[in-house]
Amino acid sequence: MDTQRQKHLVLILAREFASSLSTPALVADARGYLLFYNEAAEAVVGRRFAETGEMPLEDWLATFEPRTVASEPIPPENRPARIALDERRPSHLRYVVTSADGVEREIEVTAFPLFAHTDQFVGIVVIFWRS
Amino acid sequence: MALRLKIWGCRGSVPAPGPQTVTHGGNTSCVEVMLGDEEALVLDAGTGIRALGVDLLRRGTRRIHLFLTHLHLDHVEGLRFFAPIWDEGVTLEVWGPRSPVLGLRERILRAFSPPLFPLDFRDVPARVVFHDLPAGPWQADGISLFSDLVLHPGPTLGFRLETGSSTLAYLPDHEPALTGIAGRSTDWISGGALAAGADLLLHDAQFLDEEYDAKIGWGHSSVDDAVAFSRAVDARRLVLFHHEPDRSDQALESLEDRARELTGDDRLPPMLAREGMVVELN
Repeated sequence: MDTQRQKHLVLILAREFASSLSTPALVADARGYLLFYNEAAEAVVGRRFAETGEMPLEDWLATFEPRTVASEPIPPENRPARIALDERRPSHLRYVVTSADGVEREIEVTAFPLFAHTDQFVGIVVIFWRS
Repeated sequence: MALRLKIWGCRGSVPAPGPQTVTHGGNTSCVEVMLGDEEALVLDAGTGIRALGVDLLRRGTRRIHLFLTHLHLDHVEGLRFFAPIWDEGVTLEVWGPRSPVLGLRERILRAFSPPLFPLDFRDVPARVVFHDLPAGPWQADGISLFSDLVLHPGPTLGFRLETGSSTLAYLPDHEPALTGIAGRSTDWISGGALAAGADLLLHDAQFLDEEYDAKIGWGHSSVDDAVAFSRAVDARRLVLFHHEPDRSDQALESLEDRARELTGDDRLPPMLAREGMVVELN
């Protein structure tokens, strides 16, 4: 049985949850791979998920040049998604991104870890709150 | 090695004995994977396990591996009346899903004590060992058994049994349509890896399509979705399982006709699970 390819049920449910939301949201797995972002997020990032596909979340987020409201670059380890992945705790931050369509947007980002069991980390959900 | 299995119960939700269900049976989920007389491998402990227990004692079976998909009553209510647990010479290994906070043993003990049952589990004379799933594959007698969580209310598993020559997938309570089947790659379909390429897929087909709309989220599949799932995972043959308790034998045959119609001629025709049915996979 190909256990490596099957998405954990919690991720399947998280994707379904995200796809039903009007709030921009994405789902990444425990390796830090972007698995899905919803239609509302497509409007924020300026690119459809079908064009992106699965890829390392870090690479994908870097394309939006995240920076503070004072235009200082935000190191990866300070970004909510990285904190949720590495430290397995929730994190929240307000910052500025430039979408694929060239539009600069101020957003707030909440990332939180998904544990199927207390010792089984399966991925994260990241929610983007538009200002 | 060929897999040989016997269905001891295939009714869903609640036992449904009576003249309307004589052909396909009224006992709830229980399937035996036949290993020989010394050991037994059993999937689920619905009321079908009561008659199996009597038969196992008759055969002299002393070691039993019981795999539970989940702890809804129709999958465990036979356990208390499973004759081997009342025999001190028997070892019963029970494998099943833990909840996010409780292990399998604690979860089962709740159903095995007053007021739900007159006796406590400590009164059971057999040696009973509990194991939490999902875990790595279980292997014995040339069979590898894999488990994974699938879509159904509460922690619920599906099972895949492999030998060198045949594969059985057992997903008696499963609603993959809730998160999508059509247009999804197999890895995004609940139970996809468990059922991929299976020679025989025992799958939930409790509802007719017209009944399903009122029961979305109950954790069960329509016959249309069972066929769609079977196609999506490229299973060779679908066995329709977990029959609606109100469905008579005659009505079940119409459901089977519907499944065959949907399947088309390019695959083996689906068939209804029936109590007493023996299937050998070569």
